[in-house]
Amino acid sequence: MKALGKAGSKRIGWPPLAVAAPFLWLAVFFAFPFLLVLKLSFSHPALAMPPYAPKMDWSHGLQGIGDFLKALSGVNYRRLTQDDLYFASYLSSLRFAAIGTAISLLIGYPIAYAMARCGPQARRLLLMAVILPFWTSFLIRVYAWIGILKPEGLLNAGLHALGLPGIDILNTDGAVYVGLVYAYLPFMMLPLYAALERLDPTLLEAAADLGASPTKAFWSVTVPLSLPGVAAGCLLCFIPMVGEFVIPDLLGGPDTLMIGKTIWTEFFSDRDWPSASAVAIILLVTLVVPILLYQRQQARALEAQR
Amino acid sequence: MSGRDGDTAARRGGGRRAALGGIRDPFAPWAAPGAEPLVRFESVVKRYGAQTAVDGVSLDIYPGEFFALLGPSGCGKTTLMRLLAGFETPDEGRVLLSGEDLAGRPPHKRPVNMMFQSYALFPHLSVADNIAFGLKQEGMGKAERDVRVEEMLALVKLEDFARRKPAQLSGGQKQRVALARALAKRPSMLLLDEPLAALDKKLREETQFELMRIQQALGTTFLMVTHDQEEAMVLADRIGVMQAGRIVQVGRPMEVYEAPASRYVADFLGDVNLFEAQVASVEAPHARLTAEEAPGGFRVVDEDCPAPGATVWLAVRPEKLRLSLDAPAGNPENTLAGTVWDIAYTGDWTNFIIALPNGRHIRAAQANANRRVARPIGCDDTVWVCFDPDAGVVLTQ
Amino acid sequence: MTRPALNRGPSAFNIASLALGLGFIYLPIAILVIWSFNASKLVTVWGGFSTRWYASAFQNDQLMDAAWVTLRIGVFSATTATVLGVLAAIALAKVGGFRGRTLFSSMVYSPLVMPEVILGLSLLLLFVAVGFERGFWTVALAHATFTLSYVTVAVHARLVTFDKVLEEAARDLGCPPWRAFLTVTLPNIAPAVVAGWMLAFTLSLDDLVVASFTSGPGATTLPMRIYSQVRLGVSPEINAVCTLLIAAVAAGVLIWSLANRWQSRREAVATKPYAGA
Repeated sequence: MKALGKAGSKRIGWPPLAVAAPFLWLAVFFAFPFLLVLKLSFSHPALAMPPYAPKMDWSHGLQGIGDFLKALSGVNYRRLTQDDLYFASYLSSLRFAAIGTAISLLIGYPIAYAMARCGPQARRLLLMAVILPFWTSFLIRVYAWIGILKPEGLLNAGLHALGLPGIDILNTDGAVYVGLVYAYLPFMMLPLYAALERLDPTLLEAAADLGASPTKAFWSVTVPLSLPGVAAGCLLCFIPMVGEFVIPDLLGGPDTLMIGKTIWTEFFSDRDWPSASAVAIILLVTLVVPILLYQRQQARALEAQR
Repeated sequence: MSGRDGDTAARRGGGRRAALGGIRDPFAPWAAPGAEPLVRFESVVKRYGAQTAVDGVSLDIYPGEFFALLGPSGCGKTTLMRLLAGFETPDEGRVLLSGEDLAGRPPHKRPVNMMFQSYALFPHLSVADNIAFGLKQEGMGKAERDVRVEEMLALVKLEDFARRKPAQLSGGQKQRVALARALAKRPSMLLLDEPLAALDKKLREETQFELMRIQQALGTTFLMVTHDQEEAMVLADRIGVMQAGRIVQVGRPMEVYEAPASRYVADFLGDVNLFEAQVASVEAPHARLTAEEAPGGFRVVDEDCPAPGATVWLAVRPEKLRLSLDAPAGNPENTLAGTVWDIAYTGDWTNFIIALPNGRHIRAAQANANRRVARPIGCDDTVWVCFDPDAGVVLTQ
Repeated sequence: MTRPALNRGPSAFNIASLALGLGFIYLPIAILVIWSFNASKLVTVWGGFSTRWYASAFQNDQLMDAAWVTLRIGVFSATTATVLGVLAAIALAKVGGFRGRTLFSSMVYSPLVMPEVILGLSLLLLFVAVGFERGFWTVALAHATFTLSYVTVAVHARLVTFDKVLEEAARDLGCPPWRAFLTVTLPNIAPAVVAGWMLAFTLSLDDLVVASFTSGPGATTLPMRIYSQVRLGVSPEINAVCTLLIAAVAAGVLIWSLANRWQSRREAVATKPYAGA
């Protein structure tokens, strides 16, 4: 009772099981594996299974741990800074994610805004229409674009039918942008819609009453009030886009550099687990800031709801 | 509302002490010799961090009475009730029910039930199941339970709504279901948290009488929390006025209104005009006061007036002031001159705001006893305000 | 009365952006579905309506095995994730200010934003480190871990809007805390729990990256199978499988929302006479 302090007296006492079971699960299957990645990023590859060294030798007790720590090295990270490929793929990932997010915002905002302006009945239907593809397989939705974008695909068939020259877009960065925007559009639209739908219509009436034209009212009332939705949507798109693997792999070309693909290749093709781990750690470090921003934004939204 | 007490002549002649508020009400279990309180708060303190929500409250509530805790939001009245229900535990002091300390008893083992402000009806259960919920918890058999549910539905006149879900009820119906559910277990005490706050004005007035009828029919002790002084006055046998975690006055509605213990109580219950004054002389039962605003001084009936020289406040309610367009002869007591600053006509009453020569504004309310008035009062008119010696009350804090 | 959120009706521009937006969202899926019925193997040539690719998909043992494995993994991981996720949501919503609460909540919410490659890699390393043979169970455990967060979010959102006073009312009427939870809270958050399970299940069905890392021989999931074929180009058989998956999901969502609609309409109809009171 005492440990709970002031909060404890106001809340209902719950069996510790509620906290302990998921906590333990996440500690074992989420936090601890993550430490393993961190450790492995300081190891070096070896021709063995698992393909890395050193391995922790528990049988020698403290001596074994000491040896193990001595054998760790920052060699992988040094290599990451020396090899241009890694640096380029980081920059390229960030660029893909930033541009992809911006396009999603430009496309998503008008749609979300239009949804919010419909009647309640239509709104419910439209919301479901937007969410429905989100439930269908991500892989399938990306795959569908191959059939459209490939040289003898539907896009070019359509262009030819119109008498236009075909474009070779599959396996280029352009196709990756199409895939990114397509796959993450719902993530952008839902927070936007939520923010716009909450907007009190009388605010716009008040703006009009005070002499603002509809356009002015839109820019000076609607847009500022939807900014939390914009922020949430952008972060929700940007974060997973940076680490995306399936889209660059299926739609991008051999020179499409994205960090998720790099990890995959290091891991499965080159069997260089320590390097893959080091790349993963750097990727995570890159994403810490946007992730923290997102969590703060969510916490604030939750606070506002109460 | 309490009428004007015009019974000053009897008092001037000495004799028996006149009744406050002009109403006779023999129901007073708290005054009965040897009465045992049903609930007793003993120096109860409740803190949230650095904030003290309940600050040393001692209070007795007697069987059968309808007690109202009245105060502004955040004064600790709801916390006090939740301490009794068991949702909070006191940091100091004790809460006793029928003489037994309730410490350590969880809410589900206390024989008191609560009607929540939001009603807290279970949305997934029908009206009948909501009412039966508490009975099921104590393991009452189905047959007996059904009878009790019928009884409660009849009590709140919702017989035809037994199978409805709460979402299918109007606000007033929900309120009655909540009441029936809380009363179904025949609690030794019913706690009502702002029971009428969610209803609109018209419904609120009807429901007030409904609550009184039910309370009288069952004889259950009711403890109500409210911030609405009119609600408290209409419903309660006694009112406990709270301020910042303390109970500042306990009394019948007419006592707290006509004989407030402090400027805070006087101001919280209805409107009041306060005049800072010095006690000039005391000739029991009367006292004479001097004040800046009244050239002729004040003379009031007050048996407990402090000794001459003390600074006190004279509180006079707006409806006890009389307005006149004619200047009085000489320099009479209890008379102030001023100009009418603003008038608000509300139908049954007309409220005047009068500016005194020193710039202060006071309020006067006149009952509109006649449809036509020969000499109407208008803004900027010079008026004289006067009141009877028994209209004002001397306050020391 | 609920008013349209932005008061005025949609303008021509709004309708155009809606049409284009929905077209963009649905066109690729529609094309995929249509082409799954194409008798021709070529994507650009319509060779007449045919269900031959469905027949051949059903005869493809590899695909069917993968589908069966995926289904089993989905049911197991979604159920595990739902139990743990509900507990986590309760812990976050109700147990205030316990030590390590911040750590706990960031651990619950991190998988939501963690890149899948990192999740997959770290879980693989765990299974390798403890010498756990990779296969069905490793994928199932991995899926339960990352879908748990989604269940928590869904249930937590419902729990915070759920009126805590209802539980107090139950306790006031004689329920011990655990029974108050079972008889009052659980029935009221049930829709969120079911939605959480469905979300976890579809996420598990959908996952390629985490499964690729944590799977072993004999536990190839459907997305893994689809992926390995898709890398070689468009295959009509895969189109058929994808169409079946889309149909299954669409049917599930449709039934779910119709059930909800029916429920709310029934309540709306019954409430109407009193709405104005």
